[in-house]
Amino acid sequence: MKKMRISKKNLIALAGALAIYFLVSGLLSLGMISKFQEINLMLLGINIILAVSLNLIVGVTGQLALGHAGFMAIGAYVSAIFTMYLDKPFLLAIILGALAAALAGIIIGLPTLRLKGDYLAIATLGFGEIIRGITINIDYIGGAAGMIGIPRQTNWPYLFVMVVFTIVVIVNFLNSTHGRACVAIRENEIAAETMGINTTYYKVLAFAMGAFFAGIGGALYAHYFYLIQPTTFTFLRSFDILVMVVLGGLGSMTGSIIAAAGITIVNAALQDLAVLRMVIYAVLLIVVMVFRPQGLMGTKEFTLNRWVKKRGEVSESAGN
Amino acid sequence: MNLLETKDLTISFGGLTAVANVNLNLKKGELAGLIGPNGAGKTTIFNLLTGVYRPTSGDIRFENKSIVGLKPYQITQRAIARTFQNIRLFNELSVLDNIRIAYHWHSNYSVLSSILRLGAFHKGEKEIRKRSEKLLEIFNLSRYRDEKACNLPYGEQRRLEIARALAAKPKLLLLDEPAAGMNPQETRDLMDLINWVRQEFNLTILLIEHDMTLVMGICEHIYVLDYGQVIAEGKPEDIRNNERVIEAYLGRGGER
Amino acid sequence: MAGFLQQLINGLSLGSIYALIALGYTMVYGIILLINFAHGDILMVGAYIAFYAVVYLKLNIWWAFIIAMAGSSLLGIIIERVAYKPLRNAPRLAALITAIGMSLFLENGGLMVLGSNLRSYPRGLIENNNLTISLLGLDVTVTTLQLLILLITIAMMIFLQYIVRYTKTGKAMRAVSYDKDAARLMGINVDNTISFTFAIGSAFASVAGILLGLYYNTIQPLMGLMPGLKAFVAAVIGGIGSIPGAMVGGFALGIFETMVAGYWSSKLRDPIVFLLLILILLIKPAGLLGKNDTEKV
Repeated sequence: MKKMRISKKNLIALAGALAIYFLVSGLLSLGMISKFQEINLMLLGINIILAVSLNLIVGVTGQLALGHAGFMAIGAYVSAIFTMYLDKPFLLAIILGALAAALAGIIIGLPTLRLKGDYLAIATLGFGEIIRGITINIDYIGGAAGMIGIPRQTNWPYLFVMVVFTIVVIVNFLNSTHGRACVAIRENEIAAETMGINTTYYKVLAFAMGAFFAGIGGALYAHYFYLIQPTTFTFLRSFDILVMVVLGGLGSMTGSIIAAAGITIVNAALQDLAVLRMVIYAVLLIVVMVFRPQGLMGTKEFTLNRWVKKRGEVSESAGN
Repeated sequence: MNLLETKDLTISFGGLTAVANVNLNLKKGELAGLIGPNGAGKTTIFNLLTGVYRPTSGDIRFENKSIVGLKPYQITQRAIARTFQNIRLFNELSVLDNIRIAYHWHSNYSVLSSILRLGAFHKGEKEIRKRSEKLLEIFNLSRYRDEKACNLPYGEQRRLEIARALAAKPKLLLLDEPAAGMNPQETRDLMDLINWVRQEFNLTILLIEHDMTLVMGICEHIYVLDYGQVIAEGKPEDIRNNERVIEAYLGRGGER
Repeated sequence: MAGFLQQLINGLSLGSIYALIALGYTMVYGIILLINFAHGDILMVGAYIAFYAVVYLKLNIWWAFIIAMAGSSLLGIIIERVAYKPLRNAPRLAALITAIGMSLFLENGGLMVLGSNLRSYPRGLIENNNLTISLLGLDVTVTTLQLLILLITIAMMIFLQYIVRYTKTGKAMRAVSYDKDAARLMGINVDNTISFTFAIGSAFASVAGILLGLYYNTIQPLMGLMPGLKAFVAAVIGGIGSIPGAMVGGFALGIFETMVAGYWSSKLRDPIVFLLLILILLIKPAGLLGKNDTEKV
C-alpha cells in the first residue's frame, strides 16, 4: 500500500529526529554539554540552515549567488528590531525577518537572475555589500557599531525545530515537479525553457526560498550571540557557506548537512588556528573542484530508502 | 485549416537579414520539410517559431492566434515542441527525469502542496510517473529508465529527445536535423518512427533535414530556403526537378 | 571649483590604479571567460614582494617594481596551470568556485605567512612633494606620487596596446580569445598564450599593488580584496573583455567614487559603487565598450 510505504519511511526519519532531539535535550539538562559545545551546537544548526538554503539556489538551480550573508543580515537585523525595539515575540520576529529576507530575494532576484553565471555571481556579491553598506549607514540599527544586547532567545528547541523545518520544506520542494523544474534549469536552461518551464519564475522562487531560510538563520544567529554588526555579514561569510555547499556536493542536501556539521566541528577544534583552517578550506575547495567537481556527495542523497534497501528488508520499487 | 502560418516572417541581425519574408502554411496533420544549404536560415526559423528570437517584422499565427512576442515556455504551453540540432538533453539526469520534466507544465499541483505533501501532490506525481513510463515504453527506452541521459548511445539520445518533446504534448512538433549523425539503417528506423508518432499522437510536423532520402521519403510538402528566402516549395517530386533548387545546392553550371 | 578639480585629480590617481587592475581581469576574462577572483590577491603578493625587496634587499623602488612584476607573473602562471587549466572544459561554476578558493587561499595564506599587521614602505622611497599647479586659473595641489601613478599607468597602457596590436604574441592572444580551437589549428600554442596573458595581467596587478601601497602608505594581506572587487566593477563598466574598456572603466570609477566620497558621504561610497555595478549589469550588461553576444541555440 502506498500510504503504508510512506509512513514507514517517514516513521524512521521521525524516530531518528526525535531521538536526536531528546538525546541533546537530556544532555543539556544534565549539564553534560559545556558552554563551548553549546555555542558550537547552535552554530552547527545555523550553518545547516544556511548551507541547505544556499544549496537550493546554487546546487539545485545552478545560480551562483554570493550574497547569502546579505539575506542572513536582513533576517538578523529585522528580527532583532522586532524583539529588541518593539518587544514582539521571538517566533513572530523570526518569521518577519525571514519574510523580509525573502522579499529582498525577490526584489534582487527579479532583475539580476536574467544575468548568467559569473555576472550573477558578481551582482549578488555586490548586493551583499550594498546591504552591509546600508546597515552601516542607518543609525537606528546602530550603524557600524551594530546592535548590542539582543535578547538571547535562541535555544535548542527553537534551533531544532527550525533546522527540521528548513530541511523538510526544501527536500519536499526538491522532490516534486517544481524541484525538477529547478534542476532542469541547472542542467540546460534553454532546453528547460523549451520544455515549457517558466525559468524566471523558478529561479526567483528558488532565490526567494533560499533567502527566506537564510533569514531564519540570521534571526537565530542574532538571538544567540547578543550582538550583530555589519562586519558579521561580509561576503567572506557568503564564501564560508558556499564552501559547505560545494564540499557537500552541489545539489545534495544530505551532503550540505554533513559538510555544514563537519566544518562547524572542525572550526571548533581548530578555533585557535583560524587562519590555518581557512587555508585548508581554500585548498580543499580547489582540490575538490579540480578532482571531483561534483563535490563529495555529488548530487546523490543519502536516503533511508537506499539504506533500507541494502539491508534487503524492503523490496518495494517506488513505481508500484 | 492551417495550424501554423507565418506571414512575411523577417529577422535581421544588425545589417544581415537572416530570414526574409518567409510564408509557411502548415495544414493540420501535415508533415513538412524545410531544406536548404548551410546558413540558409532554417534553424533561425525554428528559433523564431519557438520564441527564442523575436521577428523584426511579420507574424506567426498558431491556431489562428499570433504567438509573436511570447516567451519560449509560453509557446511550448501553446503546444509547440521542438528538438535541437545539437542534442540538448538534461545530460546528468536520468532518462525518466528527462521525460518527467517535460510533463512539468501539465502537472497541476502547487508548490505548497508539494511542501506539505498534500493529496494533490501524490496524485499529480503518480500521474506524471505513469505517463512518463508509458512514453518510455512506447519509445522502447524503458530499459534505460534510470540511466543518465548522457550515457545513452547517440541514436537513442536523439530518440529520447523526440520522446521528451512529445511529453510536452504538442500539436506541432519541430525536429531540427533528427537524422544528423545517423547511419542509413538508423535513418530508416527514424523515418518509420516519425511516421508512426505522427499517426499515434495526431501531430503536425515540420522538420529540418539534410538527408534527402529522409526528406523526400516522408515529407508531403517541402520548403526550400536559400539566403533566408523561400526559393521553392511544393511536393517532393516538384522540388527534385526545380531548377532554382538545383542551382542553390550545386551552383550554376556555367560559372564553374 | 578648485575643490572639484582637486577631487578630479584625486579620482584620476585612484582610477589609474583601478585601470591597471581591471586590465588583468579583462584580459583573463577575454581569453578564458573566467573571473579570476584571485587577481586582487596577486596584487597583494606583488606589493609584498616589493616590500621585501626594498626593506631586506635594500633595492631601490625601480628594481622592486621589476622583481615584483616578475614574481607576480610567475605566480599568475602557476595559479593558472595548477587550478584553472584542469577546469578549462568544466562547467563555469566549477572554475568560478576554484577562483574563489584560490582567492581565499592567497588571502589566508598571506595572513598566515605575513601576519595581519599593517606594514608600510620606508619613508623617502620615492620623493613625494606637493606641487601647486594652476589649472584653468585655479590652484590645485598635486603630489609627485599622483603624477607618477598617472605616468606609470599611461606608459603601461601604451606598452600593452603595443603588445596586443603589434606583436606576434598579441595576435595569438586575440586569436585564442576569439576561438581557441581554430587558433590551435593555426599552430598557436594555446596554453602558452594563456600563460602569457596571466603573466601580463599579474604583472600589471603587482604594479597596481605597489602604487596602492605607496598611495595609502600601508600594505596588508587583505589589501587586494576591495580594490580587486572595485577594479572588477570597473572592468564590467567598461565592458569586460575589452582592453580600452578596462582603462575607461577604471578612470571613470575612480573619479565617480572620489566624487561620491567628496560630495556626499564616504560611508556611502562602497554601497553606491556596487549599486552602480548592478545598474550597469541590468541596463547595459556588455558595458560601455563591450560587445553583446548571446548564446547560440
